[in-house]
Amino acid sequence: MDLAQLQKLATLSRLNIAPDQCDALAAELDNVLQLVDQLQAADTAGIEPMAHPLAISQPLRSDRAEAEADRSAFQAIAPAVDAGLYLVPKVIEE
Amino acid sequence: MHNLTLTETLAALQRGDFSSRELTQALLQRIEHYNPQLNALITVTAAQALAAAEQADQQRASGNAGPLAGLPIVHKDIFCTDAVRTSAGSKMLDNFIPPYDATVVERLHKAGAISLGKANMDEFAMGSSNESSFYGAAQNPWARHCVPGGSSGGSAAAVAARLVAGATATDTGGSIRQPAALCGITGLKPSYGRISRWGMIAYASSLDQAGPMARSAEDCALLLREMAGHDPKDSTCAEREVPDYCAELSQRSDLTGIKIGVPSQYFGSGLNEQVAVAVRDALAVYESLGAKLVEIELPNSALAIPAYYVIAPAEASANLARFDGVRYGYRCDNPQDLEDLYRRSRSEGFGDEVKRRIMIGSYALSAGYYDAYYRKAQQVRQLIKQDYDAAFAQVDVIAGPTTPNPAWAIGEKSSDPVSMYLEDIYTIATNLAGLPGISLPCGFAQNMPVGLQLTGRHFDESTLLQVAHHYQRNSDWHQRGPEEFCQ
Repeated sequence: MDLAQLQKLATLSRLNIAPDQCDALAAELDNVLQLVDQLQAADTAGIEPMAHPLAISQPLRSDRAEAEADRSAFQAIAPAVDAGLYLVPKVIEE
Repeated sequence: MHNLTLTETLAALQRGDFSSRELTQALLQRIEHYNPQLNALITVTAAQALAAAEQADQQRASGNAGPLAGLPIVHKDIFCTDAVRTSAGSKMLDNFIPPYDATVVERLHKAGAISLGKANMDEFAMGSSNESSFYGAAQNPWARHCVPGGSSGGSAAAVAARLVAGATATDTGGSIRQPAALCGITGLKPSYGRISRWGMIAYASSLDQAGPMARSAEDCALLLREMAGHDPKDSTCAEREVPDYCAELSQRSDLTGIKIGVPSQYFGSGLNEQVAVAVRDALAVYESLGAKLVEIELPNSALAIPAYYVIAPAEASANLARFDGVRYGYRCDNPQDLEDLYRRSRSEGFGDEVKRRIMIGSYALSAGYYDAYYRKAQQVRQLIKQDYDAAFAQVDVIAGPTTPNPAWAIGEKSSDPVSMYLEDIYTIATNLAGLPGISLPCGFAQNMPVGLQLTGRHFDESTLLQVAHHYQRNSDWHQRGPEEFCQ
């Protein structure tokens, strides 16, 4: 894994990598990819991918409101709120 | 009191040998004494526990006791607990106090169980040694310099050290069974869909499953009976009747007619010789109890780890996208813009192993690699499930070692993630197929406990528990504990 690939992955993952950690991290990720490359040896022609252990259809609830979330309880643990809104740095310039 | 199992404790509470308050106080004293070094619990809720114990005593006196009334347990710190910090072992959630209980917590609470606190764990359940916890590794009570296993290492250490007789835990690739094996206790990972995942912080949603840890299969049955069952809040939680696991334990007087599959792949190279001897001895006990051993093949088992390290990180990379510094959890100081807020909050809030897995998952799901990794891994997952289908056409349970080695020293494998991943070689396939599995103590290797793993048919926890219980009625490994903590 080269530096450009690593930076692309960091962006996809919304993570920063310190410059002095790039080499070690790339080596660790390469080790994991080497491990998972063993999959390529498996003959999977015509095998249906299995996304989930429950083949049965999932039970669904009826589409009606049952309980209302208490906004103030959820926002009490938020890093920054104002007037019921979550605050983030400005995204739209004036 | 601390040496009693859950079942024995319940009987003692019913007889009035001691009150729940007395018991809770005694266990809290042990926690105060041992936990600062053992590090099995991240949070101790002493005041709430004592109040709940008093209430349980009153309920028992007035004849309104629930099935677990007054029984102290701890919850893995992955289950949301109303008004009690739920960290998932991460700096990201060090300040997270959920405004609600997970379904598992709510059910056990309703049954009368008393939570003494929250157990240490690998960060977001990613790890096999408890070393990736933001709060530092828990110690193995059998040898303090060794890891307790992971990710549910705190739950396992707490039960093995007799701080508590039962705990909740979760298992995505072996996180209940492996620490149970390394700490010499009994741990059950139920079938995928048996227990609600609502309020359980997600790692890999198609693999994660909650389950009990205790000192016997009988105790696991007691906890499972209350934890299991459909939950309208989790659409992957199956609408199936929950058997009375405790009553069913004694339905079988012997194991005549039970066929136990022994996969040749589980006894190959890489298995510690003393572990192999202990497991073979346990299989001989089963034969003497009337079970028939059948050699079986699980030809794709070597591919379970590679498939897991695509599927689990892929699901984790999506699940952990929610930790963005906006609504709860860690937020970096003075973010310059929204992108900086996301990236620095995540970079500062997550530990190294979590970052690695998020990046592997992003890689496997990214354009150009999806078919080669994610789709391929899902196809291999299907092959692994087909292996089990073929095996369970011949046998009732599958037996083998839980782990290839006993507990290792803290720090020994932490610089080489892949060597740590390989310790889960026997447990991961069960999660990929969604099957139930249990680990029970069956001896010692290098003076550390060894686990026997039994895997069962989908939703057939009853047979699994019966087969485990019969072994424990005819062996005493599960009754042994680390000397320091049994006095």
